[in-house]
Amino acid sequence: MPCVIENYDVCVVGAGHAGCEAALAAARLGLDTIVFTVSVESIALMPCNPNIGGSSKGHLVREVDALGGQMGINIDKTFIQSKMLNVSKGPAVHSLRAQADKAEYSRNMRMTLENTEHLTLRQAEVTELIIEDGVIKGVKTFSGAIYNCRAVVLCTGTYLKARCLYGDVVNHTGPNGLQSANELSQSLIDNGVEIFRFKTGTPARIDKRSIDFSKMQEQKGDESVVPFSFTTNPQDVQIDQVSCWLTYTTKETHEIIKENLDRSPLYSGMIEGTGPRYCPSIEDKVVKFADKERHQVFIEPEGLYTNEMYVGGMSSSLPEDVQYNMYHSVPGLEHAKIVRNAYAIEYDCINPRQLYPTLEFKNIKGLFSGGQFNGSSGYEEAAAQGLVAGINAAMSILGNEPLILDRSESYIGVLIDDLVTKENHEPYRMMTSRAEYRLLLRQDNADLRLTKKGYHIGLIGQDRYDWVVEKERLIAEEVERIEHVNIGANAKVQKLLEDHHSTPLKTGTTLAELIRRPELCYDDLAEIDENRPKLAGDVIEQVNIHIKYDGYIKRQMKQVREFKKLENKKLPQNFDYSGINSLRIEAKQKLNLYQPVNVGQASRISGVSPADISVLLVYMEQRNRQKFDSQ
Amino acid sequence: MFVGKAFLLSCNQNEIIDFIYDLKGKIMRGDTIAAIATALSNSGIGIVRMSGEESLKIIDKVYQSKHGGKVLSQMSSHTIHYGFICDDEKIIDEVMVAIMKAPHSYTMEDTVEINCHGGTLVMKRILETVIKYGARPADPGEFTKRAFLNGRIDLSQAESVIDVINARNDFALDSSIHQLRGNVREKIKNLRAGIIHEIAYIESALDDPEHISLDGFGEQLHLTIGKIAKEIEELLSVSENGELMKEGIRTVIVGKPNAGKSSLMNVLVGRERAIVTDTPGTTRDVLEEQINLDGILLHVIDTAGIRDTKERIEQIGVEKAKEYIEKSDLVIYVVDSSVDLDKNDEDILKLLQNHKVLILLNKSDLSQLISEDVLRQKLSQQKLSFPMISISAKQETGIEKLKNTIQEMFFSGEITANEEIIITNVRQKSALQSALQSLKLVEQSIENQMPEDFYSIDLMDAYEKLGNITGETVEEDLVNEIFSKFCMGK
Repeated sequence: MPCVIENYDVCVVGAGHAGCEAALAAARLGLDTIVFTVSVESIALMPCNPNIGGSSKGHLVREVDALGGQMGINIDKTFIQSKMLNVSKGPAVHSLRAQADKAEYSRNMRMTLENTEHLTLRQAEVTELIIEDGVIKGVKTFSGAIYNCRAVVLCTGTYLKARCLYGDVVNHTGPNGLQSANELSQSLIDNGVEIFRFKTGTPARIDKRSIDFSKMQEQKGDESVVPFSFTTNPQDVQIDQVSCWLTYTTKETHEIIKENLDRSPLYSGMIEGTGPRYCPSIEDKVVKFADKERHQVFIEPEGLYTNEMYVGGMSSSLPEDVQYNMYHSVPGLEHAKIVRNAYAIEYDCINPRQLYPTLEFKNIKGLFSGGQFNGSSGYEEAAAQGLVAGINAAMSILGNEPLILDRSESYIGVLIDDLVTKENHEPYRMMTSRAEYRLLLRQDNADLRLTKKGYHIGLIGQDRYDWVVEKERLIAEEVERIEHVNIGANAKVQKLLEDHHSTPLKTGTTLAELIRRPELCYDDLAEIDENRPKLAGDVIEQVNIHIKYDGYIKRQMKQVREFKKLENKKLPQNFDYSGINSLRIEAKQKLNLYQPVNVGQASRISGVSPADISVLLVYMEQRNRQKFDSQ
Repeated sequence: MFVGKAFLLSCNQNEIIDFIYDLKGKIMRGDTIAAIATALSNSGIGIVRMSGEESLKIIDKVYQSKHGGKVLSQMSSHTIHYGFICDDEKIIDEVMVAIMKAPHSYTMEDTVEINCHGGTLVMKRILETVIKYGARPADPGEFTKRAFLNGRIDLSQAESVIDVINARNDFALDSSIHQLRGNVREKIKNLRAGIIHEIAYIESALDDPEHISLDGFGEQLHLTIGKIAKEIEELLSVSENGELMKEGIRTVIVGKPNAGKSSLMNVLVGRERAIVTDTPGTTRDVLEEQINLDGILLHVIDTAGIRDTKERIEQIGVEKAKEYIEKSDLVIYVVDSSVDLDKNDEDILKLLQNHKVLILLNKSDLSQLISEDVLRQKLSQQKLSFPMISISAKQETGIEKLKNTIQEMFFSGEITANEEIIITNVRQKSALQSALQSLKLVEQSIENQMPEDFYSIDLMDAYEKLGNITGETVEEDLVNEIFSKFCMGK
């Protein structure tokens, strides 16, 4: 039968947060790219919370930006409130979070996609992968059209065999009532891909006019807003912001929930998927933390041109009538009108241990994947993976070195390494505690960490590259200078210290030592630092952090040097470990299954012991020497 | 020439040293390792060996020449020096120190060998001292591993290198976990639980600042840390004399019911004053005691309680007795000389093959039915021959001879203590010290008003170090603790 046949370099399946980054990256690198979506209206849709960033997720957005991704730029254009979280804590855990105007966010991303060269947008459901001899050749859509290509990036989010549930109501749709994708799972299974079933949920949306805000606390944005993108002019983001509102659940809420637990699909066994522990439904919280008298509820606007408000903290899959009673028991929501019900959603995703750290499937050449499809959760986690998958799809076609970020250089590296290396049975969320070297992986230095990489890939222009090189130089020079500025115990100095409630000097010291005092910072000491050069705010910030936390930073840098040794020790691919007799059986099995790319990754696989690593090192050394001998 | 052609071709020695990987997963770069290189018997001369780039620096800190002033790092390679090992002013032992500079040593790294007096205690002290000044306890087989990775050992021996590493590792893991006293393990587990709870609290507050507040947390943490630090200090203070580990010559007392095993144990304990008595919870039906016979440490297991439950009550549990005998360094077989040998004795005799055995003819105060000659004949039928002593546990006669015999066996090298356990004990102690140090850093951070996220860094270090002792790794502990104990938002 005649059908449409087209040829592309890269096919991206899905236009959510992962798919958009993947498609943009591939197209911007000059490859003919087509991106499929079940609905052009749902590009970069935010089906759950109306914000971007937050603890550790803000770091991911910054890193995506530094590598040349779009998420940061897009939220800077469309945010309606912004906050830097954890400002009273150390710089490593400062994190940006912005409320988005969801419709604007989606519209802006769509415009970007539509106006990117080499990028084609196509509304169609991909139903089948065309794979020959373990190599991807293209995809087939519902209508039978065939798209030949050299690489495919799967970013299907929560759409695969999706079903939404509340009470005993089941809708076989994707999020927001959108069409689900019911056939691709089978094609994956037919090609030997292992599938997991995960679950997540979202709270109700409520009509703003039905809310009594006088019973809630107002939560304003920061007075001075910091943009996400390193390319955004900070002046452009000083806008009028809208507020969020804080209220609490009550005893009554908890009682309503407890009385109706048996009607929840979670507890009746109707839900098969594994849900995330970090994002519990309100019924989960009430059961698991029974001693807590109340839980926080954040009422957040979904945009400027809608009255819908997101009820943060109260996701649920209880029946509709219980939802009404439950929400009405919350102060300020007594007369709330529900626009959209809360629901749980179940979907197919893959066991990500089938992927290399490049996000390419180990057993299907040219097939890449990113986002919730890989078992993660969150827009930012999705964007980060989509970007890496898109870049590596392009790199594989162009024959360039793939981009693999390690745990010591980025949160993205931690995210992907965790996904492809560690056993995980729930949707994976980024957390700062997952990053061993978080003092080095700050959101404020993402540009210094990653811009050069973005440049070498081809997604960052010369200007940006030059500026980062210049910034590095300025920081290094100023740190060096500050370490050597001597400060005497004179009257001017003592007066300044006194003004800042700092102990007066007994003998002379350096400016750096003063900056290290908890009550002082770089800016405080301008008066007694006569030869201070005029520097940009972001340079000063780096200088201050470097000096203040010098000891800790040096310690982590030392750990990183140690860490890198094993990371740099590459392992052969498609290697049969069962031939190494001295490895324990479990280690052989795991190493064969995971095919780690280096000894470092091997050491993080559960079931591979340090003794196995020693054996591996000795074995690899033996192998290398044999190679030398035979040459 | 020891260096292979292949090694010269593959060059970059540093790169190879860098692969050194310690027992619990921390990667060390050419760091300095130390271990006791000779058998841990109380005889002759012992050697404590150090290898790594800091070894010369460390020996400078602990070595004093007779008239002072000699700096060993300045001496030429392959020289030997008389002097003392000291910790500050305190002299630990009179020694000869051999210096071998890289690459002319077994490991091809800077190596120092301290030839000291052969006493177990002395060697342990010296090892602890070099650890205190910057070395770390070597992993099992690590000197050999370095020698191989640095190109010293020929390629053909790779398999055997792997075997050595494997065997030693299995043994060390076994001893580090199973030889740890039950109460110590419990205590460390509790301390770890306390620490991870604090980290999880901090981390959930960082991940979800709008739900969980850290106001006033520092002061509270300071108190908690103080308590934990104090408990670690207590553990450290009892870590001498093997109170952490079941250290010593593993001695098992066997004999049929009522042969006088427990009385013997009591006599030994009463006379020599047991250093420790074990607490319940280790093994329900055996009694374990640490006994110090004039400097020789015995870890004695009395199998009095072992019985085959299916059999009549007088029957010993053969399988269990066998198990204990297999794991022992010395078997004391108590024979009731006032009654005839029975099936129990037959069973025991069968188990004694290939073991170091000392036979006690007990109840010499009663009329003798079994004489030494009778027993010797019995033994020779099975081609066995063991030293025998007549004693009366009740009247405490013959005990002195028993003690002398054990000492002779020890000094002649016939029986040796399980050296891995002693080494493991040193390793455990050094882990406790590092954990304590990390906690002190947390206290310091609190006092310096550092932000809370800095506390977790050192708390995590302490948590990991304590985990090394109990053989537990970190893996997903923290994430699990956060999710199970703290209610996260959204």
